[in-house]
Amino acid sequence: MRVDALGGTRLLYNLRFRAILYQVLAVGGIVLLGLYLFSNVSQKLAEQNIATGFGYLSREAGFVISQTLIDYKPTNTYGRAILAGIVNTVWVSAWSVVLATIIGLFVGIARLSRNPLLAFLAFLYVEALRNVPLLLYLFLWYALIVTSLPTVREAWEILPHVFLSNSGLTVPSLMWTSAHSMILAALILGGVLGVFIHRRATAQRITSGKSRRTWPLVAMALLIPPALALLIVQPDFTISLPEKGRFRLAGGSQLTPEFTALLLGLSLSASAGIAEIVRSGILSVRKGQWEAARALGLKDGLTMRLVVLPQALRVIIPPLTSSYLSLFKNSSLAIAIGYPDLVMVSNTTMNQTGQAIEGIAIFMLVYLGLSIAISLFMNWYNSRVALKER
Amino acid sequence: MIQSKSMARWLAMGLIAGVTALSAAPASAQSTLDTVKKRGKILCGVSPVAPGFSYADDKGVRRGFDVDICRAVSAAVFADPDKVEYVPLNTNVRFQAVQSGEVDILSRQNTWSFTRDASLGLDFGPVVFYDGQGLMAPAKLNVKSASELQGAAICLLPGTTTLQNLEDFFRPKNIKYESVVFENSDEWRNAFFTGRCDAITTDRSDLASVRAIANDPSQYVVLPETISKEPLAPTIRQNDPNWRDILNWSVYTLIGAEEKGITQANVDEFLKSEDPEVQRMLGVNGDFGKMLGLDNKWAYNIVKSLGNYAEVFDRNLGPKTRLGLTRGPNELWTKGGLLYAPPFR
Repeated sequence: MRVDALGGTRLLYNLRFRAILYQVLAVGGIVLLGLYLFSNVSQKLAEQNIATGFGYLSREAGFVISQTLIDYKPTNTYGRAILAGIVNTVWVSAWSVVLATIIGLFVGIARLSRNPLLAFLAFLYVEALRNVPLLLYLFLWYALIVTSLPTVREAWEILPHVFLSNSGLTVPSLMWTSAHSMILAALILGGVLGVFIHRRATAQRITSGKSRRTWPLVAMALLIPPALALLIVQPDFTISLPEKGRFRLAGGSQLTPEFTALLLGLSLSASAGIAEIVRSGILSVRKGQWEAARALGLKDGLTMRLVVLPQALRVIIPPLTSSYLSLFKNSSLAIAIGYPDLVMVSNTTMNQTGQAIEGIAIFMLVYLGLSIAISLFMNWYNSRVALKER
Repeated sequence: MIQSKSMARWLAMGLIAGVTALSAAPASAQSTLDTVKKRGKILCGVSPVAPGFSYADDKGVRRGFDVDICRAVSAAVFADPDKVEYVPLNTNVRFQAVQSGEVDILSRQNTWSFTRDASLGLDFGPVVFYDGQGLMAPAKLNVKSASELQGAAICLLPGTTTLQNLEDFFRPKNIKYESVVFENSDEWRNAFFTGRCDAITTDRSDLASVRAIANDPSQYVVLPETISKEPLAPTIRQNDPNWRDILNWSVYTLIGAEEKGITQANVDEFLKSEDPEVQRMLGVNGDFGKMLGLDNKWAYNIVKSLGNYAEVFDRNLGPKTRLGLTRGPNELWTKGGLLYAPPFR
């Protein structure tokens, strides 16, 4: 392309200028299109006398949400209700991610086991779970829980004060107050302190070559902050025991069948995918690594943990990120089995207020924002485990 | 070469912009009646499955009370009750479907309420069924009244006024309850039948259909309280007064015919009636049809093809059907009910 030579005087023929011009025009075009669509929608809605805007978020919601992690009452606003939904979505997704990763890791390793029975079982597990739509599994798990367990009035007392029924697992619980939160904070502080001391001791040992006894220090770091907190705030340890009321069990904490079925469905289905990712990661590590590790006298388990998995992680992390993202987004199927996630709360809100466009915009933004947060975190982690060329 | 390429690019962009502008142009220029006549059928939004109100029979033909409202309008417009295409809609998208013009009438057990009327760009036709939210519990729980439900778990469907009504009813009584909300009505019913919930709540007419589906309906009792007012009325867009008149008077024809004792069987005899109002209604005298932009036989066609309100009610919901509902408030005003047609004058 000898465009420059033809007419350096004419800016339009400048290759760099044209490249920038195209990009500016393309971006400008998209922005204009977006603005046009936005103004068109607002105008149409106004013409049809349909209310618009986000003012409704501060109105009273007036409906109950059966399980919330944050404080929520029907007298709170729609905004608060949606927040409770977001927290529920994050809660169930976070637990599912943890469970799916653990199960996936073990099944992935089992797929490569030299024991044919174990390998075959792992193969069956993966194929059965990843080839059936998640929604059907959700219905299955939910139906299994609700139909196979007795009703709450005939609940099984599997341990003293622990009841299992088709309304969930009810266990005794501590009456939580702010004093308990302080003790928890002290415990975490102690833990952080302990890890810090341990790390410093290890670093010292490596540089100086002398090993000292550090466990008494670590134990002190762990125990003293919570003990102090206990002495200062002196909380009541009232245990709330579940008791059979006329309809339900009163008191205690409850693990509902809706949450359980969703947790099972999400984590089992995702674990099948993760198992395959783990397997491909392990297979990507060259045979020579295994042989070298064995030559050093490492047993199979240790070889896997110390040599193979760290290298496999580089292959595992990028597709794992996608699995986490799809798990998170799949949690929106919760509504099918009655778990009050973001989508359910938004749907109720949209129906009561009739403001569907705003409602959908909110939950698209929330999913988008949280998904981006997950991928940013995973990318950061990926760059940490990536091969560092020195 | 480079220039012609960029020309092509500009053309393409212009084309895209033009198409978007065109497709977004107002579609409401034509009246609904003209659109419907041109299309040759009415688009009617209904419930996917609601025994008695809207369901497909064993031959796949859609039947029910809500369906008959659309058929009445079709009879008025086309002299044929079957020029209707049914669009099954769930509760979440029903109003958007009317707003966007996907359906001409929404006849789907919709509760007429202030916010819906005032903020959704919708208009409601006459109330075709006076309903109210009720609760149902298994008989073995021995619940006599909704006020006893302290601590109970209650199954409900989202996307309706149900949730708020329940809260409005229980909050002043200081009753705490657990709500379990399902999107899908099969899951919702099953959760109740399997005992996940102690009670189920929805409109009383709908409770009757849930009970009708149960293996043994006698195991379930509907509690006496009616905790809300649910006037069910067909819904249309706000921008077409003529279409609204057609819907209104099609429904009033059903009610008016019952008031006058006109039925599907005897409507032809009534053509010879001396009653001037009947003459105006059935198009023997006057130009009432023309005023609506319809044939003067419009009301005759409705009664001829569907009968009057009582016949429509009995056929779909009455004591001889599986739902077994009595008229209750849906009786003529002359018999102590709430149904009343303005005069055909």
